[in-house]
Amino acid sequence: MLIQTENLTRHYTIGTYVVQALRGVSLAIENGEYIAITGPSGSGKSTLMHLLGCLDLPTSGKYLLSNTDVTSLSDLELSRLRNQSIGFVFQTFNLLPRVTVMKNVELPLLYAGIDSRIRNEKIEAILERVGLAHRKTHCPNELSGGEMQRVAVARALINNPQVVFADEPTGNLDSKTGKEIMTLFNEIAQEGNTIILVTHDPNIAGYARRQIKMLDGQILEDTK
Amino acid sequence: MTIKDLISSSFNILRTHRLRSFLTILGIVIGVMTIIAILSLVQGLNRSVEEQIQSLGSNTIFVQRFSWGTGRMDIQEIAKRKEITIDDAWAIARLPAVDKVAPQRNANISSLNYQGRTAKQVEVTGSTPDLQYTTNYSIESGRFINQEDYNRKGQVCCVGGYIVDNLFPTEDPVGKYININGKRTLIIGVLGRKGSFFGQSQDNVIIIPLSTFNKIFPKPIGMQAVFSGISIQVLPKSAKHLEPAIDQIRELMRRRRGLGYDKPDDFGINTQESLREIYKNISNIAFIVMIGVAAISLLVGGIGIMNIMLVAVSERTREIGLRKAVGASTRNILYQFLFEAVMLSIIGGIIGTLLGVGIGKIVSAVSPLSAAVPVWTVFLGIGFSAAVGIFFGIYPANRAAQLNPIDALRYE
Repeated sequence: MLIQTENLTRHYTIGTYVVQALRGVSLAIENGEYIAITGPSGSGKSTLMHLLGCLDLPTSGKYLLSNTDVTSLSDLELSRLRNQSIGFVFQTFNLLPRVTVMKNVELPLLYAGIDSRIRNEKIEAILERVGLAHRKTHCPNELSGGEMQRVAVARALINNPQVVFADEPTGNLDSKTGKEIMTLFNEIAQEGNTIILVTHDPNIAGYARRQIKMLDGQILEDTK
Repeated sequence: MTIKDLISSSFNILRTHRLRSFLTILGIVIGVMTIIAILSLVQGLNRSVEEQIQSLGSNTIFVQRFSWGTGRMDIQEIAKRKEITIDDAWAIARLPAVDKVAPQRNANISSLNYQGRTAKQVEVTGSTPDLQYTTNYSIESGRFINQEDYNRKGQVCCVGGYIVDNLFPTEDPVGKYININGKRTLIIGVLGRKGSFFGQSQDNVIIIPLSTFNKIFPKPIGMQAVFSGISIQVLPKSAKHLEPAIDQIRELMRRRRGLGYDKPDDFGINTQESLREIYKNISNIAFIVMIGVAAISLLVGGIGIMNIMLVAVSERTREIGLRKAVGASTRNILYQFLFEAVMLSIIGGIIGTLLGVGIGKIVSAVSPLSAAVPVWTVFLGIGFSAAVGIFFGIYPANRAAQLNPIDALRYE
């Protein structure tokens, strides 16, 4: 079992008002699954992704990632987990603007403390994989949206994570480019990677093999 | 992340914001530049002052009506004191710890002429032959004044290099006559050069026998006498005899001046050490004031760095969120921003050090002051700036490090 949650809740306090973003989510995800978490805005899907992605800790409940209890980890251990086990692809790409494609993809390797010779080999390989080998010395402002998202995908995959989270990965792309990116995700999934898409778009969710629908901080439907 | 990666990523960021980085480090540059320039000039000054003090004759004691010092001088009181006399000098000469004694008087003549050429502001010293030993004079040509010159009140003199340069640029002055206060005086010797001190030539002197001096210069009266009366230069038998000599002179002078045991000294026994004290007092005050100014400038520079780092943290909030998402720990982010601040300030420190050294060199090239740059001042300048970077960088860096990754990623 890769991911296992039990009764996960997350409350935010805004002034005196308490927002119950998640109200008891129990979920099990196997290695190699291709999942879409869907739901309207405010349904709690982003909050769930942040918790599963170890960017945030739950108010209550249990979260095991590869049988490790994430809620008991320190800041340092959480950051190591994000570095080694988790990859993120964001709607707005979130590339560092003034450095090259190579340097952007290198970032997780730097925090992993990997030797520069091995870093370069890995970067070459992953850029080849996402079809950007010819763009490696360009800066993000010289790339198209699709290319930027490919850089982000390369960055998410560079440390061979156990799970890749993609938060509205096609939200800033036109439909043709969006399709190309989803094709890339399909290929990556076929290679055995675990992918969790977060989207409100049913068409995008359709690419995944398993759908988890959320509403009001709870799982409404799981096609498992 | 290794140090090398940190350095290259910080450099990248500083390079992309060149103008901003430059303006940010300006405060540090000015602060460090001031510190280094001051230190190098003070060092140079210390060295040349020390040389000058040494050139007075290393163990020479000066017996005068007043003590040297930086405190308030009560001139009215000093004027009432008994004069130092030539007989005092001869009495001192008989003390066991004393080797040579030279009583002297000084006067200034505004201009000295020879065949249409002029030397201005010449110091005339009337003394005895032993002055050569108490003041460390060497003789370039001719001879120093001797006992016979003194006994017969001879119209003879020795002249310094400045007078040779101005009055006898092409000829040998020995054997020529110059007019001192209306008296035709034969030049019998040329003194070895002592160089200049604070831009003022030390070779602008004429030495004549004290007996001759008393004949051609009127006895000073009133306030004038306070500073132009007789003073006595005393050379002890050796460095070891300096302290005993001072004690013996004090005892002798108190007796000769009839001072009761409860009365304070009404004369001064001055040494090189008193000069060093004066110089130290003056230069320490100047030094502290200037270092204070430089410290304020470093403080302002540090605040500039803190300000710009806070701007950078808010500009790069999304980047911080992303870095955390891909595995940067709180400490990684802290180090990254701290490193940038320190790098800014160290670059400022290096530029400031170079400029400071340059200013020192320029000042010593165009002015009589000399500059010396000891290696430690360079380390001090760069070390100081690094400390400023750490001190003022820690707060912005900590703010960056504490950002919540989710909020940071959402930040617009």
